[in-house]
Amino acid sequence: MTWDDFVLAFFSWQIVSEAWPILWDGLQRTILMSIMVVPLGFLGGTILALLSTVHNPWVRWPAAVWTDVFRALPPLVLLIFLYAGVPFTGLEISAWGAVAIGFFLNTGSYYGEILRAGIESVPRGQQEAARSTGLTRWQTMRWIVLPQAFRNVLPDLISNTLEVVKLTSIASVVALPELLFQARQAQSVTYNATPIVAAAVIYFILLWPMVRVLSRLENKALAGRR
Amino acid sequence: MAIVEATGIHKHFGALHVLKGVDLVVQEKELVFVIGPSGSGKSTLLRCLNRLEEPSGGAIIVDGVDMLSPRTDINKARQRIGMVFQSFNLYPHMTALGNVTLALRKVLGLPKAEAEKRGQAALDRVHLADRAGHFPGQLSGGQQQRVAIARAIALEPRVMLFDEPTSALDPELVGGVLEAMRELRQDGMTMVVVSHEMAFARAAADRVVFMADGAIVEQGTPDEVFGNPQHERTKAFIGQIGRH
Amino acid sequence: MTNWERFVDSFFNARVAAEYFPKIVEGFWLTIVLAACIIVTGLAAGLGLAVIRAFGLRVVNLLIIFVVDLFRALPPLVIIALLYFGLPAAGLSMDGFVCAWIALAAVLMAFSEEIFWAGITAVPKGQWEAARSTGLGFLQTLGYVVLPQALRMTIPPLTNRTIAITKGTALASVVAVPDILGAANAGVSFSFNPTPLTMGAAAYLVLFLPVVIFGRWVETRFAWKR
Ligand SMILES: Nc1ncnc2c1ncn2[C@@H]1O[C@H](COP(=O)(O)OP(=O)(O)OP(=O)(O)O)[C@@H](O)[C@H]1O
Ligand SMILES: [Mg+2]
Repeated sequence: MTWDDFVLAFFSWQIVSEAWPILWDGLQRTILMSIMVVPLGFLGGTILALLSTVHNPWVRWPAAVWTDVFRALPPLVLLIFLYAGVPFTGLEISAWGAVAIGFFLNTGSYYGEILRAGIESVPRGQQEAARSTGLTRWQTMRWIVLPQAFRNVLPDLISNTLEVVKLTSIASVVALPELLFQARQAQSVTYNATPIVAAAVIYFILLWPMVRVLSRLENKALAGRR
Repeated sequence: MAIVEATGIHKHFGALHVLKGVDLVVQEKELVFVIGPSGSGKSTLLRCLNRLEEPSGGAIIVDGVDMLSPRTDINKARQRIGMVFQSFNLYPHMTALGNVTLALRKVLGLPKAEAEKRGQAALDRVHLADRAGHFPGQLSGGQQQRVAIARAIALEPRVMLFDEPTSALDPELVGGVLEAMRELRQDGMTMVVVSHEMAFARAAADRVVFMADGAIVEQGTPDEVFGNPQHERTKAFIGQIGRH
Repeated sequence: MTNWERFVDSFFNARVAAEYFPKIVEGFWLTIVLAACIIVTGLAAGLGLAVIRAFGLRVVNLLIIFVVDLFRALPPLVIIALLYFGLPAAGLSMDGFVCAWIALAAVLMAFSEEIFWAGITAVPKGQWEAARSTGLGFLQTLGYVVLPQALRMTIPPLTNRTIAITKGTALASVVAVPDILGAANAGVSFSFNPTPLTMGAAAYLVLFLPVVIFGRWVETRFAWKR
């Protein structure tokens, strides 16, 4: 294989321009999906983290088991179970629906675990000071604990959000036409690897800034600890 | 008139019996100073008074309100009891003024402008009016503790509890905090102070209470307790701190 | 049939379960083998890169940082697709197992390099100076003084990251590897009954739930707050 053949097979400008409309279509759907599943997972995580602070063991334990079960199941397994398994009960579920539920369950557990750690990182004295001025449990949570908790685990929250956006690529397996799915389509039509390379480049351009920011935040956290 | 009436307070931490039937009555405008060896239960007693710790037994009446009754709204009751902690416990994500106004807005439900007016006044009383916009991280330890005092007095409590308010401070910063406490006393605040600042106790306290092993061993005026202690344990303790 | 009977017949069908149980067990072992390959090679490569980075050669380090960023930004499934569907265009065809192995090991390498490096830089400068002042060489200092301290700190984040990436083995099913999910998918399409998926999900829980709980334990045991 010559260099020219190689370039033609992986970096063909002509293929990129032909495949661009369908790739663009997929990219938009990837972004849309991210905008949908990140808040959904965050919501689920906040609920789980709050439940884990409740004193009543009948609330706390189910929340902990729930978190661990959905952290143990690979998200693709969950997604396929919802998309290919559930319809056998006669319940129709679209690819979008399966993605929404699956991500809510999976990423919610991850956000929940991070936020729980954040809440625990806020010194007890903060709660005592707040309660001594007459704030209720919930007001203390809302105004004193959560704001500090979010800040303390910001790098972990960003890191998880990056993982969630990357994870949207598994929706291609249930035929949701996002970026990777569209790239695969284009590749099988053109018999050329360029569309997949293009998709990889798009993901990289999209997510690299986030990786850099994260790296900086992590180094800063490290410097503060020394 | 008694502001605080605690009778027969017991506290257990599991098998550990930390308070063994403590009686403490604090009159209006009185400054009661609590001393005693480490682990004797001073902090625990203070924290039982506003129910940050749940007493295992006994009765606590503060300003006529039964603190242990299930019908008492504990959050309402706590407004009447200010507390200052050894480690300040300022909210690091809020400015000095934000720290002071939070409870004014969320507990008393004051509108923002009104809360800020009262917050500024409270900061002014501890001579920190010009630091209202600073975050805790930008303040010295002594200034932080004075903000914490302002946070408590802004709610206009009937009694203030101080748990070693100067122990975490560098020596040169202690004076400012004690000065703020002295002024508070002159304004007629009722105060219960746990501290090792014996000079301050001699100068400002109406009564000194000596605790050991979860019980009050001896109490009296500063002159009585420091000058002429009756019990062996008190003598040993006073002797020890005298040598420092 | 009542709804309940239909539900049980779909997801807990004893006949189907008995038929596909051996396949799921085979997939179970394959998943473990794949996971072991990924963990060993990924962590070794990550540690190797971190050690090279400690030499402080500018150009080399920029290259390492770029590679790490690249594999942190790309979704694992995109990397697998590149290797499995893309590389044949260059005349290089690899088995799905190998593709999944390389892709996930590269991802683990990137993440673990960051963590190892963070651990190395967190060891105070005085440790280096003390060791060098006694005549230890650079590599000796790294090996006997710095790494032993650094590795202890890296255990919690490394454990959690390794678990998360190892769960990605389920992605191998997309490139025709008969791991747990692959075997379950095949079972569903042959039997036209989702019971194999139930078994697959159960198999993942059997495999990963203890691991997740272990990770939680490690986190409290070696508490290293970032
Ligand atoms: N939350 C808790 N759980 C278990 N034991 C506790 C708890 N808080 C306090 N104790 C124990 O109760 C005893 C009294 O503690 P306390 O903090 O009241 O002492 P103190 O007189 O304030 O001492 P110091 O001068 O050191 O502050 C100690 O033995 C302490 O270990
Ligand atoms: Mg104490």
